Amino acid sequence: MRMIENKVEKNWAGQRIVSPDYLLFEAPREKHFMTGSEAVKEAVKRASVDASVSYPITPQSEAAHLIGELWAEGYVGVYFRGENEFGVMSEVAGAAMAGARVITTTSGPGTLRAFENFPMWSGTRIPVQLVLMARGVNSPLSIQPDNLEVDFLLDTGCMIWYAENVQELFDMILAGFAVAEQPDVHVPVITAVDGFFVSHTREAIYLPPDDIALPPYAPYKSPMPVIDAEIPPGRFLRDPFVMKSNYISYATHASWQWEVRSAIERSRPYAKHYLKGLTEEFGEKDSEVVFIACGTAASQAKEAVRMLEETEGIKSKVVKLKTIRPFPYEEILEATKNAKYIFIPEFNVVGWLEREVRKALYKKSDAEIIGTPRVAGGMTMPKEIIVREVLEYIK
Amino acid sequence: MAKLGPAHYSPYPVAVYEGILTPPKGKALLFTEIVDEEQAMREAAKAMLTRENATIFPGPQVLYAWNDEAKEKAKLIKEMAQILDAKIIPMYDYRPKYPKIDPEVEINPNHPNLTIWHNKIKACIFIGVHCHYANVALKIIRSETDCFTIAMCSQAGHEDAMITLRDQHVEEIEKFLEVAKEVKKELGKA
Repeated sequence: MRMIENKVEKNWAGQRIVSPDYLLFEAPREKHFMTGSEAVKEAVKRASVDASVSYPITPQSEAAHLIGELWAEGYVGVYFRGENEFGVMSEVAGAAMAGARVITTTSGPGTLRAFENFPMWSGTRIPVQLVLMARGVNSPLSIQPDNLEVDFLLDTGCMIWYAENVQELFDMILAGFAVAEQPDVHVPVITAVDGFFVSHTREAIYLPPDDIALPPYAPYKSPMPVIDAEIPPGRFLRDPFVMKSNYISYATHASWQWEVRSAIERSRPYAKHYLKGLTEEFGEKDSEVVFIACGTAASQAKEAVRMLEETEGIKSKVVKLKTIRPFPYEEILEATKNAKYIFIPEFNVVGWLEREVRKALYKKSDAEIIGTPRVAGGMTMPKEIIVREVLEYIK
Repeated sequence: MAKLGPAHYSPYPVAVYEGILTPPKGKALLFTEIVDEEQAMREAAKAMLTRENATIFPGPQVLYAWNDEAKEKAKLIKEMAQILDAKIIPMYDYRPKYPKIDPEVEINPNHPNLTIWHNKIKACIFIGVHCHYANVALKIIRSETDCFTIAMCSQAGHEDAMITLRDQHVEEIEKFLEVAKEVKKELGKA
């Protein structure tokens, strides 16, 4: 960061530094037409990102290489290819511990290859951002839309947000840094989108100018010291009370893990502000038929809402979840108070969102919760299928 | 924070799971209530002046001369100890101490209860401790002890303390010292 003529504060890429509120809500925007991968590039371009590490895996490879182009253009400080996803997630952790704002991307099995790092990220309180372009996990390998890997990530201590479309992905990446770097939050944020449906699909998107950017990361507000400089040359992980099997280490571990989860809960007011709510509703407010969904399953459910009204005269609504961690318990309870049927359309075989919703509404709602339609492995979810399943249940 | 400890076998339930978050800017937390900063400062001073073996736990952010603010705060903390008739036991780093710490000379975030038990501390102030370590320690203290915890934080505060004062910089600490002097006078201890 440097001060130049006219006292306009600029980042080292020469962009004018503006507040997250200005960048997200106030700056004038122009219409463009681009893919989710290109939207990632546009968001990173405006995010004063210090470092990014990439490794190719479908469908996020293009997003990763476009971030590389930003390095060549002078917008990203450090960029290189990791040895594999485990290496990538370790390397971005090192950069974050050294005080850098970092972002990376992955998909499907790459997520699992890197997995040990995610609870390490949250446990070391680094506000790394991972853009997860979901593609599912299976053997034989699937490279199709499916979001099973999100299920694995739910309890890593990372925030998990879910973007429905290209526009939301762009905005969430910028908001993600603003929330994750709050001193009382300061845990990683995983910004998920459905691979292919969002990563590879061109949509209208409104972008602010590219000569403005987020304020740089302020590492001295971190809840932990930046690296551990007590003993030179600096240690990269914290002291190992893990190695002591006694009651003291148990209490510390318990408190530490509660603290990481507490940090996610503290993100609620910030996320509500920057995302304009943890949920978003579409359709008739007091409907008895409610869809709870995230990502493109919400898009399909919105089409089903239209079709149900037009063809059957049935009023319904969609409650789209923008955050999965923190989970919007209160918002769901409020949004379903008139519900008789709650449908949870998902792009995975296990129904992880259905589980989450059932837990949230257990003994709090009399509505019937129906985990359908559920498609996976690259299957699409046409609105006709959703409508047919609704009619089977409610008639 | 919902109530004074000892709360449970493990650091549970933690404050956020009881619906308590850090206070908004300009406000403070007094147990479960969001209150004006001055009210919280008065209650903090009262707790420190009336409970046994009140102790200030300064952390690395004020123990080392990182910047001018740290130096200024350190001087004010010494004055605070005099006004509150409190001891100072530093948390000078975050490394767990093995085979054991000397609880008369330091406190450690990974086992803060040892220092509190040993010195029979019934009220304390955390100041200058990095937020994560303060939060880890405050949960354990509430779980294992009946110590009344007060957090004076330069960032967003700590909901696991019984009193949380946020955005505490030099000006706010000076204000707290004035409040503490008044409370001390009211208690007839001046």
